[in-house]
Amino acid sequence: MPSTDFAELLEKHPPVEESLIEILHDVQLAHRYLPRPALVAVAAHCAVPLARVMSVATFYKAFSLEPKGEKVLKVCMGTACHVKGASQLLDEAERLLGCKCGETTADGRYTLEEVNCVGACAMAPLVIEDEQYHGKFKPVDMKLLLKAGE
Amino acid sequence: MKLTLANIDGYRQELVTQRKELQSIMVCCGTGCRARNGLGVAEAMGEALEAAGLGDEVKVELTSTGCHGWCEQGPIVTIEPDGVFYTNVKPEHAGEIVAGFQSGHPVQKLLYRDLTTRERKVTYHEVPFYSHQTRWAMRNVGRISPTEIDHYIARDGYKALAKVLAGMSPAEVVDEVAKAGLRGRGGGGFDAGRKWRSAARASGSPKYIICNGDEGDPGAFMDRSIMEADPHGVLEGMIIGAYAIGATQGYIYVRQEYPLAVKHLEQAMADAREMGLLGEQILGSDFSFEIKIARGGGAFVCGESSALMRSIEGKVGEPRAKYVHAADKGLFDRPTVLNNVETFICVPLILDKGAEHFAATGTAGSKGTKAFSVVGKVNCNGLIEVPMGTTLRELIFDVAGGVPKGRTFKAVQTGGPSGGCLPESQLDLAVDFDTLADAGSMMGSGGLIVMDDRNCLVDVARYFVKFLVDESCGKCVPCREGLKQMLAILSRITQGEGRTEDLVAIDKLCDVLKDGSLCALGKSAANPVLSTLKYFRSEYEEHIRDGFCRAGVCGKLCSYHINEKCTGCAVCAKVCPVTCISGEKKELHVIDQGPCIQCGSCFDACRFDAIEIRSAP
Repeated sequence: MPSTDFAELLEKHPPVEESLIEILHDVQLAHRYLPRPALVAVAAHCAVPLARVMSVATFYKAFSLEPKGEKVLKVCMGTACHVKGASQLLDEAERLLGCKCGETTADGRYTLEEVNCVGACAMAPLVIEDEQYHGKFKPVDMKLLLKAGE
Repeated sequence: MKLTLANIDGYRQELVTQRKELQSIMVCCGTGCRARNGLGVAEAMGEALEAAGLGDEVKVELTSTGCHGWCEQGPIVTIEPDGVFYTNVKPEHAGEIVAGFQSGHPVQKLLYRDLTTRERKVTYHEVPFYSHQTRWAMRNVGRISPTEIDHYIARDGYKALAKVLAGMSPAEVVDEVAKAGLRGRGGGGFDAGRKWRSAARASGSPKYIICNGDEGDPGAFMDRSIMEADPHGVLEGMIIGAYAIGATQGYIYVRQEYPLAVKHLEQAMADAREMGLLGEQILGSDFSFEIKIARGGGAFVCGESSALMRSIEGKVGEPRAKYVHAADKGLFDRPTVLNNVETFICVPLILDKGAEHFAATGTAGSKGTKAFSVVGKVNCNGLIEVPMGTTLRELIFDVAGGVPKGRTFKAVQTGGPSGGCLPESQLDLAVDFDTLADAGSMMGSGGLIVMDDRNCLVDVARYFVKFLVDESCGKCVPCREGLKQMLAILSRITQGEGRTEDLVAIDKLCDVLKDGSLCALGKSAANPVLSTLKYFRSEYEEHIRDGFCRAGVCGKLCSYHINEKCTGCAVCAKVCPVTCISGEKKELHVIDQGPCIQCGSCFDACRFDAIEIRSAP
């Protein structure tokens, strides 16, 4: 991917270091990960070393250097979700998807992640499939959710 | 239309008069209600209203509100001005609601049913969850549409700003906030007036004001609710703060996990600019101020003020030593004031009603009200705002309705990963900035997570340490490496490989963490562990000595069995994710211990007390 592909994304932000995180958000949103050419282009745009961009890109959880699956399944690991059995939900998701948390299934359909609280604690425990929140989730519901996504 | 100091009162009066004749059907479209098809309800309500063809004699408006903070009852529909309160509304109920609205007879089945009396409550004023509350910071939450600036103005919005710009000097504003005794609601509890005064006196330029909307404490969501439901309240507080300290640029740092909050704030900023309430020459005065939104990157440590500022600068969010004061050298090394969402939204209230009014509520050292997120094992999960000094018992049992399913209260976790777990004996403590700290916990940003006898406190301590291992920025060795060791020890205990000397090692590690870390995340990381060791030591000992987790959480230290109370209803078999429960209908069922994953679903589903937790085979 030539760096010019990102020109439009970059143009919206002033070429200063302050824009770095905002630009990476936009790239992540558009591509679902941060392709290396984008990182190079962002470094040039913000006039910072590539190493600085890498350090930011790897520090924040919002960014991913690996392409994600078609769908992202997140299990909320906030305290309210935890006391209502979130780890059992994560275990069940790992078991059914056959991949560990943070990984993508072999067929590329799902990336399984945990998130440290989405602030919907009154509906704990929660599972979030892409942008859709599923509250009061039970381990047995996981099978149905994954089946519905097929 | 541009508002000015001269015309804003007249404009508000007009709005109030117009809205007096109006009946509003308000559908909650906050994050929680959306998850339960709140948008579908809103659409169906619109269609039902149109189909009913209400004539000109009834003036009715359909709007969507932000999060009420009682998401488990959602989607919520309220009808103002009477306050008729419907819970668990589905799109197919829309017709009945409109018919009820026309006839004046509310739809009984959708009204909230009292937990003890089982009576239906017509308005939210009668529902204990709301009637026990004093909603100051959440004054507009659920009462207005967050995307309609006129709704906010009609409820005295931007009145305090006009008052300030028309006749108060910046120093007078600072004095008023100081006199009110406003302390930072984000957890630190630092005196806001003092913070503002130092920044106002600082010499650098430009000055910045930052709103911390990076609500990272797991289990707390009052800031999300406020940003989603009353974004103008946050803006007004910031604009007044900017005037007081002489800032020209502001930032709102919002967690990326809160997309709806970002959307509503952006819209609010655009509307405020359009009406002359933000930007150049606010309300026609010579005061100008702009705000930008910065999205967080999903790092808990960025809730710490100095790390947050580095993040806005586009850098890695590592905290800085506290001897550098943000009031002198904050964002871009310029004088900066940072307060959180709930703190800023108190500001217009203080300036409008006066410092005395605010300070008359609360305790000697903590003034005003505080919003709590009371969640976990309680009957009413949600946001509860009460005067400072309310006891934990009142919050958990009177307002939130106590522990459900007849189970016993075990502990309440307060203050997020920096706080601790308190047992039943500490429930009569008054909640304010200072009291809980004396008991080994802290109020923090207001998360209260209630646990019952099905929760294992060793597991909870392990949970928090794991959380902090994930979130430690890695700058200080005791936090980065010490927490990892702590996690290894706690994991060992929960897996049945604990040793007697482990508890001593944990104590030592906790001391090093407290002394050797730069920021509050590391300094207070020991609290969840120390407090559980202090109040629930026997549980640790039982794990180590007997290899038994009586709560049935640590899978290797427990097993589930069905006793003779079983009626053969087969509910347990239906909820078992690994289908390891079998039995004939109406006969005793059996759990096959081989495939059982000890998830406890059967235990929670059984209504006959027929599932037992025993030690592992």
